[in-house]
Amino acid sequence: MNPAGAPGRPGATPTRREFLASAAAAATAAGGAALAAGSPATNAADEDRPGFVDVNVNLGRWPLRRLPCDEPDRLADKLRSRGVVQAWGASLDGVLHKDIGAVNDRLAEDCRRHGGGLFLPFGSLDPKLPDWEKDLDRIAEVHRFRGIRLHPNYRGFRLDDPRLARALSLAAERRLIVQIALVMEDERMMHPLLRVEPVDPAPLAALVARIPGLRLVLVNALRTLRGESLRSLISAGNVSVEISMLEGVGGVAGLLEHVPADRILFGSHAPLYTFEAAELKLKESPLAEDPRHAISRGNAERLLDSLPAG
Amino acid sequence: MEIWDLHVHLSGVPGDTPEARLGKLLEYAGRLGISRLCLSMGMKWSEDPTPEEFRRSNDEMLRAVRAHPDRAFGFVYLNPKHAKASLDEMDRCVRDGPMVGIKLWVAQRCNAPELDPIIARAAALQAPVLQHTWIKITGNLPGESTPMDLAELAGRHPQAILVCGHTGGDWEVGIRAIRPHKNVYADLAGGDPAAGIAEMAVRELGAERVLYGSDAGGRSFASQLAKVFGAEIPEDAKRLILAGNLKRILGPILERKGVRL
Repeated sequence: MNPAGAPGRPGATPTRREFLASAAAAATAAGGAALAAGSPATNAADEDRPGFVDVNVNLGRWPLRRLPCDEPDRLADKLRSRGVVQAWGASLDGVLHKDIGAVNDRLAEDCRRHGGGLFLPFGSLDPKLPDWEKDLDRIAEVHRFRGIRLHPNYRGFRLDDPRLARALSLAAERRLIVQIALVMEDERMMHPLLRVEPVDPAPLAALVARIPGLRLVLVNALRTLRGESLRSLISAGNVSVEISMLEGVGGVAGLLEHVPADRILFGSHAPLYTFEAAELKLKESPLAEDPRHAISRGNAERLLDSLPAG
Repeated sequence: MEIWDLHVHLSGVPGDTPEARLGKLLEYAGRLGISRLCLSMGMKWSEDPTPEEFRRSNDEMLRAVRAHPDRAFGFVYLNPKHAKASLDEMDRCVRDGPMVGIKLWVAQRCNAPELDPIIARAAALQAPVLQHTWIKITGNLPGESTPMDLAELAGRHPQAILVCGHTGGDWEVGIRAIRPHKNVYADLAGGDPAAGIAEMAVRELGAERVLYGSDAGGRSFASQLAKVFGAEIPEDAKRLILAGNLKRILGPILERKGVRL
C-alpha cells in the first residue's frame, strides 16, 4: 500500500528545504514568547519531550461500540500521559444527531469542564439542515470555537453541494478552521445499517481555490486520498492532512516525499483509534528534528496562531 | 519487551530484490524494537496461484530469509486447489527447508475438504497455519475465508495450530467465531488500529491465544503495534502477545531445525 501514490510534488508550496529553513527561522524568532490564547498550554510533558498537538480527537460516544477512553476525563488523562499539549476535539454526536445546536452546547461544556484546557472544541455543522447559518453564528460568536468539523458522508451531502461552498465561505469569513472527515471507520466492517461511502474529495480542489482565506484540514483522509488527487488538493490552497489513517511501512517518510512537511499534522483519531498508532508512526519513520517537530505540533500551532484568538 | 511479528510481507516495500525488501523491512522494524519477522508470499502476489506461481513466490521468500536467518522466518505459500503440489511444496520448504509455517490466502475458503491433507501435514510438522480471514460487509472474494470457516476447519483438526489472520477484520465477530476452538489463535494484524481489539481478544480468548502481527509492508508496523502497546491489559499479557506466544508455538519446529533462540 503506497499511501502517497505516484512521485511528484505540488508547485505552489515550499520545498522541504525551504520549509525547514523558514521553520527554523520562525522557531528562533518565537523563542521564549508567551503562548497566545488558544495555543497549547505548557505542561510537564514539555520538559522532556516535544509534545503533540493532536488535531483529530473525538469526544463522546461512538454509537456502535464502547471505547476504552470515551469518557472525557479518561481521554484527557490518556492524551496528557502521551505528551499531548492540545487536542482539537469534535463531538461524535455531530456525526448523526439532528439537534446540532445542542451537540455544540454540550461540546463547549465538556471542553470547559474536562481536560483542564487540553481540548480545543471544533463545532459540528450540517449545511443541509434548515437555518444552518445560525449554527455557524453560534459556533463563531457564542461559543467562540476556533473551527468546525464536517462529516459529509454521514450527513448525506456531497462536496459539490452549493450549500457546502457557502458554508466554507462563511467559515472562512469568520476565520474558522474547517475540518472535513472523509471517513470514520473502515467501510468493509461497517454496521450493515450504518453504511456510508467515503467522502469523494474530487470537487474540493476547485472549491478551495475560489474561497479566499479558507484553512482546510482533511481528517481521516489518507486511507482514500492519495497520489495526484492528494497533491493537487494540497496545492490548491491552505490545505493540510493528518496522519491517523496513514498506513504502510515508513508511512510518514513516504508521505513527505509527496506532501510538503508544513501541510502534515499530527492526528490520532482517538479514542476510536489507539493513540499510540500515530505516536509510533513518527518513530517508525526516520525524521529529522525539524519536520518531526513541525508535524508533531508546529504546523498546528502555526495554523491556529494565524487566526485571531477566541 | 521482546517483539516478534507474525504477519509480514515483501509487498509495499521499496527494493528490487527479496533480500533488499527484507532489509528495508528490518530497518523499519528495528526502529520499533521488533526483533523477528515471520514472512510469507513473494514480491508479486497471485490470489489463485498455480503451482509454478507459488513455487516462485516461495523461492523469493527463501532468498529473503536466507539473507537474514537471524531475524526472519518464512511461511510457505500454498494453494489448496493444488493439493499434491502444495504437499510437495511443504516438504521442500518446511520439512526439508528453513520455513516454519504455512500461509493460506484467498484461493479457496478454508472450510473446504481440500485443505484437510495440508492441515494434517502441517500438524505433523508442528507448523502453524496462518489463514487469511475477513468478514466484509462489502462482500468477500469467492475464495476468501471467514473466521467461521476457520472454526469449521479447527473442529476437524484439533491438533493443528491455526491462526485466524486479521481476526476476521470485523474482530468483534471474529473473536466470537474462534472462541470455542482452543487451537485457533487471533492474529491482530492488518485492520485499523481500533481501540479495544486487544482488550476484547484477551478477555474472550485469554492472552495465550492472541498474537501480534502487522501485515507490513501494506500496513505500518507502528499502527499495528499500537493495538498492543496502547491496550488496557496487563503487562504480562502484552509480553505473551508480542512474542511469548509465538515463541511457544514455533519452539518445537525451530528446535528441530536447530535454531537456537
